[in-house]
Amino acid sequence: MRQEAAVNTQASFASALLDPEQPYPAGLYCGNGADPASRFAVYRNNVQSSLINALADAYPVVAQLVGDEFFRAMAALYVRRFPPTSAVLSDYGHDFADFIGGFPPAASLPYLADVARLERLRVSAYHAADACPVQPQQIAAAMAEPATLGQLRLELHPSLGLLESAHPVVALWATHQGDGDWQAIDLQQGQNALVLRHDLEVEVFAIDAGVACFIHSLHHSQPLQVAAANALAADPAFEPSQALALLIGRGTITRLSPHSEV
Amino acid sequence: MMNMAVPLPLHPATQAPLSSLPQRAGLGLKTEHFRQVLREQPDIGFFEVHAENYMVAGGPFHHYLGLIREQYPLSLHGVGLSIGAEGPLDQQHLKRLAVLIERYQPQSFSEHLAWSSHGPVFLNDLLPLAYDRPTLNRVCEHIDQVQNTLRRPMLLENPATYLEFRQSSMDEAEFIREVIDRTGCGLLLDVNNVYVSCINHRRDPLAYIDALPLHAVGEIHLAGFAEDTDSLGDRLLIDDHGAPIDNAVWALYLRLLERIGPTATLIERDNQVPAFSVLHAEVRQADELLQCARRLP
Repeated sequence: MRQEAAVNTQASFASALLDPEQPYPAGLYCGNGADPASRFAVYRNNVQSSLINALADAYPVVAQLVGDEFFRAMAALYVRRFPPTSAVLSDYGHDFADFIGGFPPAASLPYLADVARLERLRVSAYHAADACPVQPQQIAAAMAEPATLGQLRLELHPSLGLLESAHPVVALWATHQGDGDWQAIDLQQGQNALVLRHDLEVEVFAIDAGVACFIHSLHHSQPLQVAAANALAADPAFEPSQALALLIGRGTITRLSPHSEV
Repeated sequence: MMNMAVPLPLHPATQAPLSSLPQRAGLGLKTEHFRQVLREQPDIGFFEVHAENYMVAGGPFHHYLGLIREQYPLSLHGVGLSIGAEGPLDQQHLKRLAVLIERYQPQSFSEHLAWSSHGPVFLNDLLPLAYDRPTLNRVCEHIDQVQNTLRRPMLLENPATYLEFRQSSMDEAEFIREVIDRTGCGLLLDVNNVYVSCINHRRDPLAYIDALPLHAVGEIHLAGFAEDTDSLGDRLLIDDHGAPIDNAVWALYLRLLERIGPTATLIERDNQVPAFSVLHAEVRQADELLQCARRLP
């Protein structure tokens, strides 16, 4: 019976922590005779505010776009509905963008969810696995073999992420890094974002639709020739050399494998 | 009074020392200070990190910790194992800890006398336990599991608490003494937690310290607290690691050193992190007190 009482204690404690409407659990007291509610509030506040802070750290631009008060109220609802399920908080809030997208009070900022997606890609890129870039000589050697070049597959850095947005997501994000002018942004103009980590820094690029398609295809193990054809179909002005120069310059190609190896 | 020369006891099962940190002051390593530490190589006894922050695949955290570990002793401090939880320990989490320990070979591993998970939900706070027999058995089983899996002893940190449980049948110091007797783990004595809890529960901090198994102290923590009031208007201290160390905590620390001799001491600041130089000054202050403790009879 004693065991059962103990089981009830942590269950009711946990549930009351996440729901401010609930009374504090039974069986608690304060040595000085104070109302346990005022003491229980410390734990409730620790849980709530530490998790809201974790979201604020991961989504600084979303917080700036809506203001601190709105952000914390929105995050509090998310925390209550989706508390973390791991003690590793680096991934906490990975689906916050979906929550924002379905959060009616934020509907007046239709780009907000995609800005959150971009910020999540940045966090993921920051903590992604390490991988060494392929040496430029090796790439040059592969380029000099036109017979096999088209069948080559490129492995890309684990930090790489792509986002296709109907909103100017990179421009919106950049104005909050002190780059660009809010007034100059055309809110009707969609953008493709490329996120990757290079020399310990996470970088964000706005890329053309063709480049995005090319990198997306490579990322999904398509050979170079197929990736280039897909990109040309998406954007007749696509230039493979420019896209490759970007990937090589950022150390993003981590392995070259001939078709037969895959 | 115990002399400085008394070595820490060995963990009975593994015959490993409870901690091999130097008898110096150390500092909680903050990511915003990575580059400065590497550039300036400050004279600091050791660094401590929260294990969970480094449970990521790669990137700057591992890059910088690896470089800093080459030059300083390291204490790995867990905040998410939920040793006091009613449910079983998270085996995945335990595996992640084993991987980190293998990678960084820390001089000490510690966790809390608290719970932080219930079922699948992680609450991200160190929550209080009822001090009764079922809890004692459960905590001891969990610590045995940790020490067997990691094949090394751990240090257990005394909590800062704001509430007590009617079902408790022993006091906190007695509970900790039994855990340490039964599992052979060491004690991470957080002096700020002692002060915060004793003020909150109207107890004498020094009497509490004297009731602890001081022979097993492998590390000391010092931090700052926030101050509030409860429903009676009484002082309610909150362990927020967001302020300088209070004078009352420094005073208590000195009394502790008089009892146990110089012991590895961590300065913790996790919120409103100030400039590195501010934290370094607190490290130096602790080092000076450790110097004094070396001269004690």
